[in-house]
Amino acid sequence: MNTQRQQRTINFAALATTGVLVLTACGGGGDNAGSDNGPVNLRMTVWSGAPEHLKLLDGIAAEYRKTNPDVKSIKFDVLPVENYTETLTTQIAGGKSPDLAWIFENSAPDFVSSGALKEVKDDEDVLPAAKEIWQQDGKLYAYPFSTSPFGVFVNTDMLKKAGQPTPADLIKQGKWTWDEATAMGAAVNDKTGKTGIVIRDFDYKSWDNLASYWDGWGAEAWSADGKTCGFDKPEMVQAMTSLHKAIFEDEAMLAPGTTADFFAGESAMTVTQMSRASLLTDKFAWDFVPLPEGPKGKYAVTGQAGIAVLAKGQHPDAAADFHAFMTNKTNAAKLGAYFPQARSSQLNAAALAKSNAKLSEKQLSDVVIEGIKNGKVKPVHIGQAEIYAAVRSELDSLWKPQADVPKVLTGVCDAIKPQLEQ
Amino acid sequence: MKTHDRPRVPEAGPANDGARAGRSFWTSRRRDHLAGYLFIAPQLIGSVVFVLVPLILVVWYSFHEWNVLAGTFHGVGTDNYENLFDDPKLPGVLRATGYFSVGLVVLNLSLALALAVLLNQKLRGGVVFRTLFFSPVVVSLVAWTIVWGFLLQKNGGINAGLDLIGVDGPNWLRSEGTSMLSVIVVQCFKNVGLNMVLFLAALQGVPRELYEAATVDGAGRWRQFWRITVPLISPTILLTSIITVVGSLQVFAQIAVLTQGGPGGSTTVLVYYLYQQAFKFHHFGYGATLSVLLFLIVLVLTIVQWQMRKKWVFHES
Repeated sequence: MNTQRQQRTINFAALATTGVLVLTACGGGGDNAGSDNGPVNLRMTVWSGAPEHLKLLDGIAAEYRKTNPDVKSIKFDVLPVENYTETLTTQIAGGKSPDLAWIFENSAPDFVSSGALKEVKDDEDVLPAAKEIWQQDGKLYAYPFSTSPFGVFVNTDMLKKAGQPTPADLIKQGKWTWDEATAMGAAVNDKTGKTGIVIRDFDYKSWDNLASYWDGWGAEAWSADGKTCGFDKPEMVQAMTSLHKAIFEDEAMLAPGTTADFFAGESAMTVTQMSRASLLTDKFAWDFVPLPEGPKGKYAVTGQAGIAVLAKGQHPDAAADFHAFMTNKTNAAKLGAYFPQARSSQLNAAALAKSNAKLSEKQLSDVVIEGIKNGKVKPVHIGQAEIYAAVRSELDSLWKPQADVPKVLTGVCDAIKPQLEQ
Repeated sequence: MKTHDRPRVPEAGPANDGARAGRSFWTSRRRDHLAGYLFIAPQLIGSVVFVLVPLILVVWYSFHEWNVLAGTFHGVGTDNYENLFDDPKLPGVLRATGYFSVGLVVLNLSLALALAVLLNQKLRGGVVFRTLFFSPVVVSLVAWTIVWGFLLQKNGGINAGLDLIGVDGPNWLRSEGTSMLSVIVVQCFKNVGLNMVLFLAALQGVPRELYEAATVDGAGRWRQFWRITVPLISPTILLTSIITVVGSLQVFAQIAVLTQGGPGGSTTVLVYYLYQQAFKFHHFGYGATLSVLLFLIVLVLTIVQWQMRKKWVFHES
């Protein structure tokens, strides 16, 4: 190689290396936490693009800016729910972290334990159980923005058509159990050809939604300390055997590879959260009731979301100030219209009914208030995404008519044991 | 190329200093070069910024562990490459990738060739059929896949059609036996039109006299196809096979929309797996290592195919 060519090679290598280093610096590998100097434009990522939700959030932001003119804008950035967490982490990786973010319960342990979130102001009004997954070493890292209990929306017209009693009648008689619900679902399928029960958002993939079923048997995905797998325990085997029978023998539940939208009148019952009430139309008469009792009696399950301040956002202090305003008692009452607030001062049906026109005081009291007070949050764990994928992959073998339930569930534990023990 | 027709620049000397200052650097040759570089600059800059630099970065990241949430980034040497050999899921992922690639290449190329041969027959309505088969190529990939997702449901359109002829269709996307096949078929129908058009153009370039001579010699249609058509369109077969193989190794959206790698990991191909590792499980370093593995696989397969052209691609020269 002559000297001239050598020099060209070195020049090219230097150019490439400089490019790599410059882009890496932008890539978020280093600590790039912003400061609050200069004009403040806050950005918060949310998953819901529902006009009424955004109107509410924009209203709170406008109110805040009246007394904080240094904050030039507050933008609510809607990310698709299907890959919300991946998009958020990609933004953080790319050095474009939002200032605030809505975080789902299933990624709470990862965000809280990693130090990605800034500590936020605690409030004694919020129920301790609702704050549990957002705390570490006694500090709070996100406000439990929405603590939404699972209940059952019921198409009473469809049940009537199938000659079935209503859950409200069964609740009065103390007979609202999963056995009864399954029998009703099977009858609906048999007499109307429609689907009996849909565990909404499960779709044979999002298995953590099945907690709204297996908790009735006292089953759990893993122990409270997260170290021991619960899928192969007798309670889980019984719950999943019962579920399998309801799907494949009784044909009471939505079958794998099919869809039925309750809100479009395609099923008699759906297990879901209060916020879905916004999808109800006047197509049919409906009711909203608590989850049926399991063999272990009454129980409640909640889904949760937290609002957090990102430590790597451009304006963490300004974001923390807006966070405190957004989640104060007054604004929490407004947010409660769509996102149930786990605040002891607001857990009364009359107050909730003011902002929930679609649900009656009784429905709010029986499902929402009881659920928030006594509900258990869906399973969460550090490294949940990896565990989630492993469980899903193993459970796929369960969604067949001839599945060996105990064997499949043992396989689930074998698959996730290394991750639980980490 | 030498520019003999251009006047030579006079030797430097005190008498020529004024002339040099005016025209010595921007010779017409240099201006031509500059114009050339300016023309290719947009593509060159794009390639460097969006291809070369990311490629180098991916290799660099593959020697690091990067926890996005914790904000930690540190070198791990060859650990990620050693993990490739210890990863119990990787053999299944590579099997699924191979299954998809082989299935798609065989189905796509044979169907595209068959359609091209049929459309080359100068039958009535050829233009309509050509448009019909080509139209999926211009349809949005995600929209196409979502529609197929509905059709392939247990109670979807495909099984409704099968039911009409008394066949109880399977649960296409929920069964390990049919899920990958479904993804292959969806992808094949999406892009078969492109290969079909390329084959059609190649077929129309085959001289008619060769067929006439072969007919005079008593060769049947099948013999003509294998001895005349296939050799003469072999450069196009090479091109389409390289495009299809490389495309098949990069399949992602179809898997993400239709099966999300399931059931039981049966449709978890390499690109989907590296997406999971990097963006879902936050193992960016290992995800980068899987990207390097994918790059090497594509590179080796392309080189092998390119080398094979010497053996089976027909060149008139």
